[in-house]
Formats: sequence, C-alpha cells, structure tokens
Amino acid sequence: MITELFSTTVLIGILASGIRLATPYLYAAIGETFSQKSGVLNLGVEGQMLLGCFAAFYVTFTTGSLWLGLLAAIAVGALMGLAMAFVTVNLRAQQGISGIGFYLFGLGMSDLLFQRLMGTVETVQGFPKIYIPGLSEIPGIGEIFFNQNILVYGAYLLVPLAWFVLNKTTLGLKIRAVGENPDAADSLGVNVARVRYFTIILGGILSGVAGASLSIALLNVFQQNMTSGLGFIAVALVYFGAWHPVGVLGGALLFSMVNSLQLWVQVLGIPIPSDIAVMMPYVLTILVLVATVSRVRAPSALTKPFERDE
Amino acid sequence: MASGLFVMNKMLYETRIVKMEKKMKKLVWLLTLIVVLSLSLSACGGSTAAPEEAAAMEPFRVAVVMPSAINDLAFSQSMYDALLLIQEEMGGPEMFEIVYSENMFVVDDAAAAIRDYASQGYDLVIGHGSQYGSSLQEIAPDFPETSFAWGTTSETFGQPNIFAYSASSQQGGYVNGVLAATLSQSATIGVVGPIEVGDAKLYVDGFKAGVAATNPAVTVNVNYIGSFSDVALASEAATTHISAGADVLTGTAQMVVGAIGKAEEANALWFGTQSNQTSLAPSIVVANQVYHWEVALREMISMIQAGELGGKAFDATLANGGEVMEFNPDYALSDDAKALADSTIQGIIDGSITITLP
Repeated sequence: MITELFSTTVLIGILASGIRLATPYLYAAIGETFSQKSGVLNLGVEGQMLLGCFAAFYVTFTTGSLWLGLLAAIAVGALMGLAMAFVTVNLRAQQGISGIGFYLFGLGMSDLLFQRLMGTVETVQGFPKIYIPGLSEIPGIGEIFFNQNILVYGAYLLVPLAWFVLNKTTLGLKIRAVGENPDAADSLGVNVARVRYFTIILGGILSGVAGASLSIALLNVFQQNMTSGLGFIAVALVYFGAWHPVGVLGGALLFSMVNSLQLWVQVLGIPIPSDIAVMMPYVLTILVLVATVSRVRAPSALTKPFERDE
Repeated sequence: MASGLFVMNKMLYETRIVKMEKKMKKLVWLLTLIVVLSLSLSACGGSTAAPEEAAAMEPFRVAVVMPSAINDLAFSQSMYDALLLIQEEMGGPEMFEIVYSENMFVVDDAAAAIRDYASQGYDLVIGHGSQYGSSLQEIAPDFPETSFAWGTTSETFGQPNIFAYSASSQQGGYVNGVLAATLSQSATIGVVGPIEVGDAKLYVDGFKAGVAATNPAVTVNVNYIGSFSDVALASEAATTHISAGADVLTGTAQMVVGAIGKAEEANALWFGTQSNQTSLAPSIVVANQVYHWEVALREMISMIQAGELGGKAFDATLANGGEVMEFNPDYALSDDAKALADSTIQGIIDGSITITLP
C-alpha cells in the first residue's frame, strides 16, 4: 500500500492538489507580509477573507460576471483594510486585539449578509481552468502546474512580484524602514502613516482576493465560516517564511502538500488513523519551524504603534 | 539643579501616564465597540416568534440551539425544516413558537443559550448536537418544569426531563451504498467524512456495508478530513477520490458542499445524506437520505402535553419514517436500480436485511 504512494497518478495528484490548496494561503500571507514588514500585525485576515469570499460569490451569483465578483472582493478587502488602518495607525489600538475584533466582525457580517441575501447554499460557475498550449501538454508537469485557473496562476506570480517590490523598489525600502525604525524613517521624511495605510489596505485587498479564490475559483460555493481558520494559518506562514515572500511560498507549499498527502494516505487505505493523518500537516509544519528557526527576527517595530515625539 | 531635573523628570513621567491613560481609554472604547458590534452580528439568531396577542390557547414554545446554520443543507437544516413542518401542522406561529440560536459550535456559548431559553420558560429546549450533552445534564436538573432534548444520542442521563434522539443513519447509508455499487462503473467509490464519530461514522459504515453486500469487488475509499467546516479540504478530498478512479461519491456533514461541486465537474455521481442536496448539482445527485425529525418531535410534544417531560430515547429509522430516501427526479435512474433500491428499503423495514456494522 505504501508503495502505491509513489505511483505517478498519486504523485501528480498530491502535487496538483497542493498547488491548488496553497493558493488562498499565498494571497493572504503575501498581503500579511507587506503589513508586517511595515510594522503592523493584522490578525483580521480571516475576517477580511470571509467578507471577500462572500462579496465575490454574491456579486458573481447575481451579475453572472466573475470579474465583477473579483472586483467586489477587492473593494471589500480594501475597505476592511482601510478600517483596520484607521484603528491601528490613527487610533493606535493594540494590533492583536483589534485584529481579532475585525476577524469577528468579518465572520459575523459575512454570515449575516449570507442569511439575508442568499438564505441557502448555492453554486456558481467559477473561473475555468486555463489551458496553455505547449505547457499544459507536458506530461506530469502540465497536469500539476499548467492546468489551473487564473487565480491560481496569479497567486504564484504574486510571489516574485512581492519580492521585487519589497527588495528592489523605493517603496519597498520605505516599507522596510517603517517596520524597522519608524522614528528614523520619519526623520528622513518618510510618511509613516501613509506607508502603513498602503500596506494594510494592500493586505486587505489580497485577503479579499484570497477569499474570492475560494468562492469563485476553487470551490464555487459560499457557506458560513468556509475559510475555517485558513486566515490564521496564513498569518502563521508569514512567521514561518521569515517575512520573505519566497519563504512564505515554501511554507504554504509544504503545508498544502502534506495536507494533500494525508488525503491520499487515507484514500489508499494506508492504516493510519484518520485523526493522526489530519494532524500531519500541522505537526510537520511545527517541526520544520523548530528545525529551521533562523536568526531572522521580526521587523523591530512590529505591533508597535508609531507616535511622533513632539 | 538636582531638584530641577527631578521635577522635569516627574513632569515627563506624569504626562506620559496621562497620555497612556488616554490611549488606554481610547483602546477600551474601541474594543468594546468592535466586540459588541461583531457579537451582535455573529450571534444573530432569528425567530419566527408568535405575534404579541395571545391566542385562545397557550402556544407551545420550542427553542433550539444548533451547531451550524439553519440553511446548511445538512444537519442543522434537517432539524429546522422539521420544526417548521410541525409549526404548520399545529396551526402556525400562534400555536407553535420557534426560536433558535445557530452557529453555536462553541459549547460554552451553547450552554449559556440553553440556560437562557430554559429560564425564559420554553416548553421544550433542544440542543441539536452531540456536543451539548454534558451541558444539558448540568442544566436540566435546575429547570424541572422544562423539557430538554438532545441528539444524536440515546443517552437521557436518567433525567426525567431529558429526551434523546438519534438516527439510524446506517440504514440510508446502506441503501445509498447498494445503489452506488450498482451504478459505479469504475468499481471505485469515494467517501468524504468529517470526523470519525457518531452519526457520520454510522452513515459511512452503513454505506460500506451496502456496497460490500451488493458487489464485494467494489473498492470504497474513505477520507475523514478532520473538520465539519473546511470546505476547501473537503473539495480537495473529492478531487483526490476522483484521481484515484472513483466515479461515485458520497459524504456527510455540512462541509461536503465543496465536494459536490468537484463531483459535478468530473461528472461523478453523488449520494447525499442528512438533507436533500439535489439543488446543488441536479445532474449528478442520485438519492439522499433525509432526516425527518418531526416523527420524534411529534411524539415528544404529545408526551410533554400529557405531562411527561422526558426519559425517552427516540431513534429515526426507515421503518418509523424518521428517515426517508428521496430520489432526484431529474436523475434517470434505471427501473432495475430503482426496484433494487425499493426492495432494499423494504428489506430494512421488515427486517429481512440486517446491517452488520464493524
């Protein structure tokens, strides 16, 4: 039975599932990387995702347009980000607690809207798989990487883009400076508040898209609390990936691959109790985290509200 | 000089305290606002309560606490639909009042809600979930005039005011299994389950027994995903089954809505349970086992009205009508297969088919 795990069908299955499962984590965690790099811990990701998830689904369901749905998720995510930015930057609220407040708000609000506007579980036709001539035909590789929908491709393209912005642009430099030493950045004329507004709103937008990737691309349904803790895992992945987009990608893939591996372990009837199998991704993630704990430290100003000394 | 420095220090210190206090105040206000707002949204229960004017007779008042939403197309909806049906039978909201709290997955919150309902004098308070048992055991003795019910279980804790209800979900599982084995051409069937306990395990075991009895050569792959809410993982589990060659799928609990979509994409057949899931994918759903809790509820209500507040356990079966097989009229089931399903149902009802569970 164990040997069946190494057949091509199974390996391709595991990898293709892993690629899909990692998609929402990538959007949310890359967004969170931006806000944490600028010194803001956003624990409201899950709530932003749920609202984005619902907005995308509802707009797609009523208008029939997937792109309008995606746009709705972006708008809702941006609004949630704006609110979060106001609370953490202007009001200087404790970030962890207010993040949890936003999570609860998103959970409740998406549920309320779902009850009032939909009332029952419905389905939509989501973003179709995109066939790339040539690439999609490569045996194995094509099935794994090039047989996915546009939001999956988008998530992976986001990784190098985020790396570039954070490390090779002035904007990235400002973000990092604000996250490491806001006082110094401020004295050099960087508008700390504006940078943080930007990163938090960007985080909100990407969380919204993460939600949309579930409701109108991968699953094509909406149900209450359907993100099921995914947003919190995304926050954890930022720590796991040491605030580096590529590290985040590694973490998201590891977690998702092991998750799809455990699905196959059960399907193939390998005699491991299902409860143990389900634990595998979490246990392995913790083990890797402990084993590879690096000297990379969190942005110095993370969770610290900035207040100009006057 | 030294004292001047001291004064300055002190002043600085004091302004800092004042600043901090201001900040704290702001924070506390904000938090309160957010928490209140979000709680009021997330716990928004609904009610189809009776209008103010009392009818000639006192209405029968029922409160129910549910782990998921009333429209989850699964466990909670099966109870809500049953209550609505009884409401209609008894003459509408004036005669039969229903209030509910949904999404009470946190047992502590549920316990608080159960206690609140009991103290508001509801005739029957239902904890619709096996996780609410210990809360009921604790609360029921404090309200000897109130009747409580919980499920799915057969445990009444020997309390005179607790009813228990359960479903023999292995029976519908068996019927689904028989049909699934008949319809599968690839001889591989996939099952998506939540956690390997209770009602879900019964259904899955019954399903496997039905398949084995019909065609032992058919493989049933079972996947418990460890969650009642992770739609993404349930959907990926379905994809895994399909890659493993399954052309017929089934699953139980509310997160399977994700799996049904994947089955539809791959044109694999789907067998539902708990509630009628046909609307999600009319082209591939063959049959659903549907719970009709109203059978047990009717009996509970008449017992309560006769002054007996509990102590009895009910079991929904195909025989007593607590479980019903609902076929999708849009799915072209062959006459032979339909006849097989009917004879299986009949066999389970008259006892000529016995289901052996592991």
